[in-house]
Amino acid sequence: MTRAREGTGIPAPLLIPAALGIAFLVLPVVGLLVRTPWSDLGTQLTAPGVGDALRLSLVSATLATLLSLLMGVPLAWVLARSRVRGRAVLRALVTVPLVLPPVVGGVALFLVLGRQGILGRWLFEQFDVTIPFTTTAVVLAETFVAMPFLVISVEGALRAADARFEDAAATLGADRWTTFRRVTLPLVAPGIAAGAVLCWARALGEFGATITFAGNFPGTTQTMPLAVYLALQQDPEAAIALSLVLLVVSLATLLLLRDRWLGRTTAPAA
Amino acid sequence: MSLSARVVVQRGSLTLDVGIEVADGEVLAVLGPNGAGKSTLLRVLAGLLLPDRGSVVREGAMVWDDDGTHVPAHRRALGMVFQDHLLFPHLSVTENVAFGLRTRGVRKPDARAAAEAWLTRVGLDGLGGRRPGQLSGGQAQRAALARALVGDPRVLLLDEPLSALDARTRLTVRAELRRHLAEFAGSTVLVTHDPVDAMALADRVVVVEDGGVVQAGTPAEVNRHPRTDYVARLVGLSLLPGTGAGLAVRLESGGTVAVAEETSGPVFAAVRPESVALYLARPEGSPRNVWPVTLVGATPHGATVRCELAGEVPLVADVTATAFAELGLVPGASVWATVKASEVAVYTR
Repeated sequence: MTRAREGTGIPAPLLIPAALGIAFLVLPVVGLLVRTPWSDLGTQLTAPGVGDALRLSLVSATLATLLSLLMGVPLAWVLARSRVRGRAVLRALVTVPLVLPPVVGGVALFLVLGRQGILGRWLFEQFDVTIPFTTTAVVLAETFVAMPFLVISVEGALRAADARFEDAAATLGADRWTTFRRVTLPLVAPGIAAGAVLCWARALGEFGATITFAGNFPGTTQTMPLAVYLALQQDPEAAIALSLVLLVVSLATLLLLRDRWLGRTTAPAA
Repeated sequence: MSLSARVVVQRGSLTLDVGIEVADGEVLAVLGPNGAGKSTLLRVLAGLLLPDRGSVVREGAMVWDDDGTHVPAHRRALGMVFQDHLLFPHLSVTENVAFGLRTRGVRKPDARAAAEAWLTRVGLDGLGGRRPGQLSGGQAQRAALARALVGDPRVLLLDEPLSALDARTRLTVRAELRRHLAEFAGSTVLVTHDPVDAMALADRVVVVEDGGVVQAGTPAEVNRHPRTDYVARLVGLSLLPGTGAGLAVRLESGGTVAVAEETSGPVFAAVRPESVALYLARPEGSPRNVWPVTLVGATPHGATVRCELAGEVPLVADVTATAFAELGLVPGASVWATVKASEVAVYTR
């Protein structure tokens, strides 16, 4: 007790659960590293299908992030800056995918974009386009699940940015679109970058909506998380190796984010 | 009139209802305490805020009216300087100043050249490559002024342009601002809570209190005949233009004021009305500033009477109602006014 108070200042009733929490979060990762078949790692990672799954994961997560940027940044602006009625309802709708189980999201996407779906039937009849069980479906499922992370992050950055800079731009002859491009966007760029990284990481790990809406076809819709899950049933060693790859990518993302967040505190000058 | 406006805005419990008129080349100061609605008025003039009722007319053209006319801020060809400069942090100083020209379609090299020229005019040559964060407060406010004026606006709106600066910087920037305003051909509206800004920079003053105009006139008129206690407390500073000569200031009106601080060049000697004492006979003893003056007007406010005094050193004095009665002062009476040298503030002009 005395030592804790003098040493770290953490009371025992907080220290013990906190230590348990750390152990609970760190031990599985340690376990993964301990069980990794380091000697066979090369073989495991070069096994047929692994490269495809990794490539598909990276490409679809990146496309989903781009799609989220295209739609999410304007959406965040509307939520943060416009005076449209029912903004609170709009924000609630946007955040639904955050709390919705991804599998449910996948089912919902299927109902809308599937061949019998409201939009899907029309797409199929008019353009002969089928979305479910294609790489497009992977990207859409990931976008559905990951975009809210970007929207929330960018909206927060917009609210934190001083809107009077936009007033100043208006008095300098800039219309709202010019102001958005030349003032607002650069001011919240660090927030957008952080949101994009979060969004990308979420898209990379997407499982439920993807397997429901896009299926699990090696080469076209089997992303890394799906490959890990499948491998665990047949060849646990391969599952560990694949997990290790995802772990490395996640840690890299975390490092990138940390730099971004540190950069964010210095970026907007008074 | 180049700018005339009648503005009614309801903001919470405050109803702002103000009418102003500003001619070309004229500087109008809107003076009032914080929360009186001054900045709201300026935002309406800029087009950043829609009034509930009223009209804003520029150069004979309606830019806002009850009938639905609304010219948005970006098409009003105005320049605005904000209290905390609001230079865009992601652009260099030159890019900031060139911003308004670029949005109005000026080619990049031309816009940069014009921006550099204005930076030189406000004394910032060589600093154009810096970020706003690397400028001092005074430099940033000068850059903001250049950014507002580079587009040759017809109307200049200044929102507390000096109040974020420290006292020393405020003096120099105020003097420079005075020079630029004298050269500016359009109409200027200056919003401030500092009577010294209003007195030093404006041709006319409108005092706004609780959302309404309580007094309007030239700085001298408002100073000498305050209509409310608030105005009397707020203004009342006698600003005497002159030339500093060591521990004395030679006034343009002919008199000499002894001061406690050595100065040189064009200055204002500023005397607060409560620092002035009046005597029927020339007082003996220490005060270094003793002037014969004539009482030309007296306005009672509260327990004191504000006396307007003419002479080589024109002053405004506050004396208690009792003292006023005991001295038997009537307009036209000759009295002696004294002020301690230490009570005279000196400002560079």
